[in-house]
Amino acid sequence: MTSDYIAMGPWQLAFAAALILINLIFSMMLKLQLEKMLWVASLRMVSQLLLLGYVLEWIFALQNFVMILGLALMMATVASVSAVSRTRRRFGTIYLSSFMSVAVSSCFITSIALAGIVQIEPWYHPQYFFPLLGMVLGNTLNGISLALDRFMEDLSARQNQIESLLAIGATRWEAAHDSVKEAARTGMIPIINSMMVMGIVSLPGMMTGQILAGALPLDAVYYQIVIVFMIASASALGVILIILMAFHCLLNTRHQLCTARLHTKPSGKRK
Amino acid sequence: MNCPAPVLQANNLGRQIESSWMWKGLSFSFYPGDRVGVVGPSGSGKTLLLRVISGLDDAQEGNLSFQGKALRHWQMPEYRSQVIFLPQRPALLEGTVEMNLQYVYRFSIYQDQTYQREQILHYLSLLGREADFLKRKDTELSGGESQIVAFLRALQLSPIVLLFDEPTASLDEDAAKNLETLVHSWQQQQSRSLYLWTTHDQAQLKRMTDQQIHIWKKAS
Repeated sequence: MTSDYIAMGPWQLAFAAALILINLIFSMMLKLQLEKMLWVASLRMVSQLLLLGYVLEWIFALQNFVMILGLALMMATVASVSAVSRTRRRFGTIYLSSFMSVAVSSCFITSIALAGIVQIEPWYHPQYFFPLLGMVLGNTLNGISLALDRFMEDLSARQNQIESLLAIGATRWEAAHDSVKEAARTGMIPIINSMMVMGIVSLPGMMTGQILAGALPLDAVYYQIVIVFMIASASALGVILIILMAFHCLLNTRHQLCTARLHTKPSGKRK
Repeated sequence: MNCPAPVLQANNLGRQIESSWMWKGLSFSFYPGDRVGVVGPSGSGKTLLLRVISGLDDAQEGNLSFQGKALRHWQMPEYRSQVIFLPQRPALLEGTVEMNLQYVYRFSIYQDQTYQREQILHYLSLLGREADFLKRKDTELSGGESQIVAFLRALQLSPIVLLFDEPTASLDEDAAKNLETLVHSWQQQQSRSLYLWTTHDQAQLKRMTDQQIHIWKKAS
């Protein structure tokens, strides 16, 4: 992988930006009132990415493990808040549960993969650690968010059924097992679906990027396979952790279903 | 009855919802063979009392004991295999009536027991129903029929205490009488058994219960 790729300069960026002008003109001619949105979105995208570029240069130069860990935990915090923000119901320790499952699953799988599979020295080398962690986090948070939402909705919807079973001697696990199973299945759907069609319907962005940067297609594919397995195992781990934590919060050791601990988010908005 | 030990005993029980007391200061001792009516106006917390006794909710005050052992010392699945609450609107699992009856034997607490079809058919005959009732799907059952299934599901496990929450509210008169007959025959077979029963039907209260506990919502 040498740098035999065509680097983009200011001219290329300006030309690409001009492409969006076509849309602006159409929007104005047809009075679609899309101009403002397009304009804002373009500006945001450019400034966020430019900022990221500078930040990444700084991050990749980091040597201090504590700094790297701190940054990783910060990313996990943002991911865990965002996982909760898409659910409709809440319980007291939901943010803590979400953070624990996001952070443990993503950091654990990423570290293992870097130390054991990529075998980079040191294993937390920021140039490898952060891009991989970012990809794993982004996907894990999706699974966790879906599983969590489904689990809480299911417990609320099936309250009668679960309590009918508890009332005749089921343990909390026996009574809520269907909800656990459904939530786990729901949380795993996105990654399973994407694995099913990967390479046929979708060309993974990371792999495309590597190929554009001059990597041999097969090398890029190998990398992609490692990443997808990382994402799948981190998602599964995160989904299982969040369901177990929500389970322990909402069904107590007295085998009672504590739906009183669940409350609906005031605005009830979903992203 | 020459002074046996009480099966179910409550001392100064109180249930609070948010900051107001639904009821408090409730004390009772029930013995084998007791037939107890729980009486009070709508919304007074009769169902809540049954839920507290079944351990689905906690009381905020007082203690409850079963067979001389405080509720908090019981393992809930074991306790609830002997003290079974039958909710007014039981939710059955997807599938046939028979599947619902068999399902409970998967629970670890019943792992030494097996489904007895003959016994169920006997119960069904007392209820005036044919064997094909077992083949009915959960979605085809009326509210009253669902309650019957939940009752049979509990009955086959030979509980000691049954907590009936308006068990015949959605049944016609004949079906209600049949259910009462089955409750009688259960209690005659199980000499240690007792039940609590809520209803708004005064005639049924007279027929089915010998004593009543009255609860009412205290002004807070």
